[in-house]
Amino acid sequence: MPLWDWNYAFEILPDLLWALVTTIEITLLGSVVALLLGLVFAVLRRLHIPVLDQVLWAFIEVVRSTPLLVQVFFLFFVLPQFGVTLSAFVVGVVGLGVHYATYTSEVYRAGIDAIPKGQWEACTALSLPRLRIWTGVILPQAVPRVLPALGNYVISMFKEVPLLLAIGVVEVVNEARELGSLTFRYTEPYTIAGLLFLLLSYPASMLVRRLERRRVHA
Amino acid sequence: MSTPDTTEPMIVFDGVEKRFGSNVVLKDLHFTVAPGEHVTLIGPSGSGKTTILRLLMTLEQCNEGTISVGGRYLSHEMRGGKLGPPREKYLRDVRKHIGMVFQQFNLFPNMTVRGNLIEGPTRVLGLSRDEANGRAEELLDLVGLKEKIDAHPTQLSGGQQQRVAIARALAMRPDVLLLDEVTSALDPELVAGVLKLLQDIGDTTDITILCVTHEMGFARDFSHRVMMFDGGRVLEDAPPAKLFTDPDHQRTRDFLHAVLNH
Repeated sequence: MPLWDWNYAFEILPDLLWALVTTIEITLLGSVVALLLGLVFAVLRRLHIPVLDQVLWAFIEVVRSTPLLVQVFFLFFVLPQFGVTLSAFVVGVVGLGVHYATYTSEVYRAGIDAIPKGQWEACTALSLPRLRIWTGVILPQAVPRVLPALGNYVISMFKEVPLLLAIGVVEVVNEARELGSLTFRYTEPYTIAGLLFLLLSYPASMLVRRLERRRVHA
Repeated sequence: MSTPDTTEPMIVFDGVEKRFGSNVVLKDLHFTVAPGEHVTLIGPSGSGKTTILRLLMTLEQCNEGTISVGGRYLSHEMRGGKLGPPREKYLRDVRKHIGMVFQQFNLFPNMTVRGNLIEGPTRVLGLSRDEANGRAEELLDLVGLKEKIDAHPTQLSGGQQQRVAIARALAMRPDVLLLDEVTSALDPELVAGVLKLLQDIGDTTDITILCVTHEMGFARDFSHRVMMFDGGRVLEDAPPAKLFTDPDHQRTRDFLHAVLNH
């Protein structure tokens, strides 16, 4: 038996590509959660609303300081005991999204803090309403400069999707594991799974790097 | 307080004290500014001049006393016959009538010149886009930058940015305009043009203007009154002709001597 069987490799490729679609879906939906929720966290914390500020701080610290796997298990196995049953797919999106929201909120915070004080003062001098200050002046300046950092977190999240095999999500690595266990050939499935990640992650990180360079030159 | 034959003052500082921590920047400050009056604040750095402008723009809050503009309290809100801390909505309403131009221009870099000029009129005064655009074009013509309407602030020189910032403040049709060392960050060759523009605005409008500057020539030509500050107090308050040529205090004389011979 050869170390690498091309026929077998082509035979399992469609199944792995199908599983990749799931991986990408979870990454994209999880990113939407992470990017929006992180922004909400960052803005709310900046407003320093009593009680809410402390609650948010505690929540973010807990999520950041515990493993994603524990959070995923909690959502999947513990929440049903409180009457909330979510599918493995939804747990994946919510788990990854909320976990990464705690990271992106830090990124947004840094971007917001980098806006010069004079911009806020000019807003006051024009009497702009508070919502407009955020949507018209602060965020349009803060978000573009943190896009590369946000992009890197999206790529990290993509590579963490396989963790969801622990709750039975059929993403690429889980599919590869199942294919391998049927035929006892693991070389092809895991190699292809790895290559698929490489093929997407590498161009994506090149893109982020170009974004970074453009910001430096702009 | 007011007598029938005098107009109500535009700005009133009544017993104002401002502290930063244990550092008292302004103490027991009393003065008024009449509508349409141009007042220049001079004095050594740290004497509290800029703090006065920042208090008027509500960028700072005073610790004691009251400040009012156009007959309405800026530092307090009258509610149910009692003075209390001002609410955001009330403050926004009062400061709509106050404009400020900053040393560092503080234009919004994410907007074009046009965007900067129509932001306040459309979002705060409720003008339509067309009305605000018309006002923006008019003002850019006044400051001599009509062709830059679709440029971004980063494409402009410091002098041009400051002209846009002046136009942005005027677009709000303020009753009171605060000028905080508006030429201090400019290259020397650009200063005269901006000062000339301010002189024109002073001559052709009835806006009440408070100005902090180190340009003594401008202060002399532009002001109706000059207030010399020292250690958080008004040391001397006189028309420029008197203050610049025959000040009452040795401290004023020394300051002017130092500034004019730097």
